Amino acid sequence: MHMVAFRLPANSRIKPGKTFAAPAGTRRVRAFRIYRWNPDDGTSPRTDTYEVDLDTCGPMVLDALITIKNEVDSTLTFRRSCREGICGSCAMSINGVNTLACLKPIEEVKGPVRITPLPHMAVVKDLVPDLTQAFAQYRAIEPWLKTDTPAPPDRERLQSKEERARIDGLWECILCFCCTAGCPSYWWNGDRFLGPAILLQAYRWIADSRDEATGERLEALEDPFKLYRCHTIMNCTDTCPKGLNPAKAIGAIKRLIVGRQV
Amino acid sequence: MPSNPDLPDRAIHVDVLRSQLKRVRGLGSAHSGSGTWWAERLTSIALVPLTLWFIVSVISLEGATRADVFAWLHAPVPLVLILCMVVATFWHMEQGLRVVIDDYVRSDVLRIAMLLLSRGVCIVAALLCVVSALRLGL
Repeated sequence: MHMVAFRLPANSRIKPGKTFAAPAGTRRVRAFRIYRWNPDDGTSPRTDTYEVDLDTCGPMVLDALITIKNEVDSTLTFRRSCREGICGSCAMSINGVNTLACLKPIEEVKGPVRITPLPHMAVVKDLVPDLTQAFAQYRAIEPWLKTDTPAPPDRERLQSKEERARIDGLWECILCFCCTAGCPSYWWNGDRFLGPAILLQAYRWIADSRDEATGERLEALEDPFKLYRCHTIMNCTDTCPKGLNPAKAIGAIKRLIVGRQV
Repeated sequence: MPSNPDLPDRAIHVDVLRSQLKRVRGLGSAHSGSGTWWAERLTSIALVPLTLWFIVSVISLEGATRADVFAWLHAPVPLVLILCMVVATFWHMEQGLRVVIDDYVRSDVLRIAMLLLSRGVCIVAALLCVVSALRLGL
């Protein structure tokens, strides 16, 4: 049984950490306060402060992280790959909002830049969240085209322009999980609720004119926990760094499930 | 993927995607929930006019005698609307409480106990209101 706890366990409370000051003579200094935790050293998480020279650093928060790792502290751990908002690796909480570090200009943040991992995910190390459950949930919705009709032997399966347009706003999802990690329903019931990213992906296949498993997909989703923990809180839509609307996609799934009963 | 014997247990988190899939699939879909979702919306829409009508009615009855209230409720339309409002209110209340309990109570035993309790309280309260309105109106 889970008891109500008003404080984090002692080994999870974040303690003040080290400060890495900018070299003397630096003109444009910005402090980055970054969550640090290493599973191997047995210590509590801490917040380290790095002062970065904005004149020698690129414009985005990810540029600052790379500068810190290259020039100041190589132990700082984070995921990154494409640095242009298409791989979804560098999702993290920047001043309390989940977003992609590579798409977040440092200039948009006033004062010190506070960086923590995606909230309510287990932490692997520093800014690296454990996305195992979220990716297993992605696998569970069977995110591939399902058909009984064989593909034409000589060409791909065709869609009209209108049919193709119905998956706009859906296919662009890069599975960074900013939305899922920002959803209170996922925080409380993430082991059963699929979360906004996965439900948007589920709708992407429901809305695809070539997919012939719509009913089967709706059946798999119709569940008080898998789908109906969504209360249209809209954090997902607020936080999506790609400007997508998972709440709308979830609403569409709910309407389809009612629609097939009336 | 072979596991690394040097890693402590707590660091093993992605070794077996298959069991993760079993975990997130859980017991499968309950094939329910849409009825509750739809009823939440219908009762909330119904309660807008019903509640407004009830408030206006109660204000217009200000200063009325007991006999006036009896006479008002004796007409079929006010009595039926009152019964509709009572049913919609307590049905909606039960749905709202269920959402809170489902969201926040993790223990299965405690959750089922609280769901039964909240439903029971709502049913008893609704019946009290229905019987009271019928006794006044009939």
